Amino acid sequence: MTDVLQLVLFGVVLGGIIALGAVGVSLIFGILRFANFAHGDMMTLGAYLALIVVGPLALPMYVAFPLALAGTAAVVVGIDQVLFRRLRRTAPVILLISSFGVALILRSAIQLVWGPDNVVYSSAIQLPWRFAGLRIRPDHVTILAATIALVVLLHLFLRYTRMGKAMRAMSDDPDLAQVTGIDTERVVIWTWIMGGGLAAAAGIFLGMDTRLNPLLGWNVLLPVFAAALLGGIGKPYGAIAGGFVIGIATEVSTMFMEPVYKPAVAFALIVLLLIVRPTGLMRGK
Amino acid sequence: MSLLEAHGVYGGYGGVDVLNGVDLAVDDGQIVVVIGPNGAGKSTAMKAIFGLVQIRAGRVRFAGEDITNARPDQLVPKGMSYVPQERNVFPSLTVQENLDMGAYIRDDDCSAELEQVFEIFPLLQERRRQPAGQMSGGERQMVAIGRALMVRPRLLLLDEPTAGLSPKFVDLIFERILAINALGIGVLMVEQNARKALGFAHRGYVLVTGANRCDDTGPNLLANPEVAEMFLGG
Repeated sequence: MTDVLQLVLFGVVLGGIIALGAVGVSLIFGILRFANFAHGDMMTLGAYLALIVVGPLALPMYVAFPLALAGTAAVVVGIDQVLFRRLRRTAPVILLISSFGVALILRSAIQLVWGPDNVVYSSAIQLPWRFAGLRIRPDHVTILAATIALVVLLHLFLRYTRMGKAMRAMSDDPDLAQVTGIDTERVVIWTWIMGGGLAAAAGIFLGMDTRLNPLLGWNVLLPVFAAALLGGIGKPYGAIAGGFVIGIATEVSTMFMEPVYKPAVAFALIVLLLIVRPTGLMRGK
Repeated sequence: MSLLEAHGVYGGYGGVDVLNGVDLAVDDGQIVVVIGPNGAGKSTAMKAIFGLVQIRAGRVRFAGEDITNARPDQLVPKGMSYVPQERNVFPSLTVQENLDMGAYIRDDDCSAELEQVFEIFPLLQERRRQPAGQMSGGERQMVAIGRALMVRPRLLLLDEPTAGLSPKFVDLIFERILAINALGIGVLMVEQNARKALGFAHRGYVLVTGANRCDDTGPNLLANPEVAEMFLGG
């Protein structure tokens, strides 16, 4: 029994990371109307930006975290203004393919600077805390706490701020948003700020949980998309639920399968979902 | 000088003209109705005025200023508000949030406008926390018009506000439009319920295949036998 609970615990941590990525994907899809294939590499970018602060600058993670989020948001908004902005009214598949190109550029740039090998934020080994027969690393507690905080902040932003409501409005109906007089370009920029920031957070947490390498984000892109689809694409709250489902399912699957097959879990869930309920738990688009 | 003037407007979708020289005018505080058969370009004319359809030739003036092909988000601050026929509310937002979106461009206190909208549509105050997508057609129409009023418009553009509504709601909406007009807000309205609309309009325009057929005061058009025969079925 404790074995299952331990796996569920790992799954919750992984789920939180995937959820953060999935929320960004869902937000971007809802407002910009395309599947952002560069999302994984935006996560990687965030992770490596934090590495600059923690490594050469030797500052603590709680300083690196906001800086990396801000840096990633800036880069992502820049990419939008230079590239995606010119493709606003094209077919979604064109945006998808161009985001794929952005993914490759980001990944290659990171590899050019840091090389293809694994790096870590800190080589110190953390001793896990033990309670009720379960082990949990302090890093995991940090990741979970920060994930919950970010999700709550996002909720407050979407629910109570003017820009948050405008983002929800535009996600509902971009044409009506324009008719209402909402500055749709400003909403798009804020969407990238939120999406990029959340991706950076997810990337940093993933780097904390495992190791950094240029393929960090790309490797979790499939589970991230699976989670966004599972929750109903375009519905941020669904994406959070989807993230935890995928995370827990992935970890618990090692009870029945070799760990090397873990990525297949997300894939299998997508296939199952598309057959049974394509619009996802919360009936997205 | 009229509040809104359109002269010789040609335009349409993708290079093909739907409008073939349309003239329209709305004076301050007037209710103007545009009627005509399906496909006559009535909705297109309204969209062209609001910057949603490209005007190829001709001029549109609002309060003396040339607004031909201005973008919607440029026109809303000038005092023009548009309610599309379909998809005219944000379904996942509550009634209150829909109204908030209407006032989005304003950074001053809009509680006076909110009060006014609730006076005109008391139902909205009752249901302010309900998601707009869960409301019936008539109730949604109230949300849509309420949203447009939040920006304190001088001119309200309504595209078939009573389309698909039950007779009870048709009368209710028309009656509320009169109440809105009584506040001094001009109304330009495309309507299929031509007979009822002309009954209270100051002016009516008949459009056929994208061009003016005739225009006159509301009561005169109602009395016109040719108009009655061709367009006033219901």
